[in-house]
Amino acid sequence: MLRTEEFTLNMGPQHPATHGVLRLILHLDGETIVKVEPVVGYLHRGIEKLAEARTYTQVIPYTDRLDYLAAMLNNLGYVQAVEKLMGIEIPERAEYIRIIVSEMSRIASHCIAVGTYALDLGGFTGFMYPFREREKLMDMFEMISGSRMTHSYMRIGGVAADLPEEFYPAIKKFLKEFPSCVDEYDGLITGNEIFQARTKGVGVLSQEKAVQYSISGPTLRGSGVNYDLRKARPYGIYDRFDFEVPVGEKGDCFDRYYCRIQEMRQSHRIIEQALEQLEELPGGPVMAKVPKVLKPPKGEVYHEIEGAKGILGYYVVSDGTTKPYRVHIRRPSFINLDLLDEMCRGWKIADVVAILGSIDIVLGEVDC
Amino acid sequence: MESNKVAEQLQEYFQSIGNNRKVLTVSPDELIPLMYRLRDEYEFNYLTDETAVDYGDYFEVIYNLSRVPQGDILMVKTKVDKEKAEVPSVFEVWPGAIWFEREIFDLLGIKFTNHPDLRRILLDDSFEGHPLRKDFQWVGGREV
Repeated sequence: MLRTEEFTLNMGPQHPATHGVLRLILHLDGETIVKVEPVVGYLHRGIEKLAEARTYTQVIPYTDRLDYLAAMLNNLGYVQAVEKLMGIEIPERAEYIRIIVSEMSRIASHCIAVGTYALDLGGFTGFMYPFREREKLMDMFEMISGSRMTHSYMRIGGVAADLPEEFYPAIKKFLKEFPSCVDEYDGLITGNEIFQARTKGVGVLSQEKAVQYSISGPTLRGSGVNYDLRKARPYGIYDRFDFEVPVGEKGDCFDRYYCRIQEMRQSHRIIEQALEQLEELPGGPVMAKVPKVLKPPKGEVYHEIEGAKGILGYYVVSDGTTKPYRVHIRRPSFINLDLLDEMCRGWKIADVVAILGSIDIVLGEVDC
Repeated sequence: MESNKVAEQLQEYFQSIGNNRKVLTVSPDELIPLMYRLRDEYEFNYLTDETAVDYGDYFEVIYNLSRVPQGDILMVKTKVDKEKAEVPSVFEVWPGAIWFEREIFDLLGIKFTNHPDLRRILLDDSFEGHPLRKDFQWVGGREV
């Protein structure tokens, strides 16, 4: 008697294509996905709990360790939330520096996203090229903050230090080269026939589903929803720059990937404008006058920024002491992962890697 | 402010509705009908964040709703008893709440009634207690 049954396969927690310690329990019917159960928490460090025993400033280094591929953006969300709570105005110069470094961070994160995505789908050359540019960005971050990945550069009230002299020629050289580098990614990855065959029409996420499930970032915009907080609810000084929000049409893996490529070009535009306007500013302080011991007034604040992976929100509750009463972090990767199951159903086992890669998760952020 | 307007307009339908420092407050019994109304009539179609805070003798569950793509935001809060920590789940209104609520259940131990899949998410299944509760005893680390 011939008998068939559902087959269960464990993917991860140690697996190169899960981008970290993510475990996926795949329920298979032959090669077809019946159900995917993501199991998260292998990297849970309890950052929200740890924050309750630290002062407001001491929380900043923990935020670096959430989305460690775009640490500046994580710093930015937290410090802006505390500034909103305390009503601190920061110097103009610091605002510009923040924009420049956070857009650099976004490019660095998207470099990883498109690079590893090419690798996931078997294109090793496509993996190396974005890493070349990421390396240049890391060098510049090292000039600015002394650290390549976990910068902790931002402070409540501004940034730790002004940009060093040697940064300006480096970023100008980078800005000059970068558009042709993105053209190279387009040639190597976007235009690749195998890459297109693996991604076009795969893992389609409809506009309605994406909004219902609180999906954000390039994953949401790939489905054709024009929702970017830098435009929809500008924070900092984003309203001073001219840039576009790239959106996809079909909501497949290719659209999500291509949104990131286009976003890199837009970030490049923002950095160019910000650098130009920064150089016209007279020199001055990069820190507002804030007390050494921070005691925000009693109350709470929720602040959201557009992170590299999606909407990054910080909910900070103050009880009037030097330590936050509660810090909650809305991590985009965590929420975006929720819909993986539905996006994978009906596709073949090899497509799971393609779909997961197109969501672009980072486990430091998922597990918090 | 949006919350003022909503609170005023909906006063006759929801007895417990209130507006406190730009935040809409409501009791857990009236939460679901209010949320449906906010989604359908006021077009808050996106649940951008859901979390909870332990205030010692009670919990507060906080919902941040957005309009996509306009970008408006509204905060709604509900107070939950510590002894009987139960809130109706909003997953029927916004299915995205499923993981938000699993996380709250895991870390704060608030039960969401009607939730389709209320299991621990970040911590191990055998873990005892809920670490983000203020009375949680932990070994190591610094004193709060």
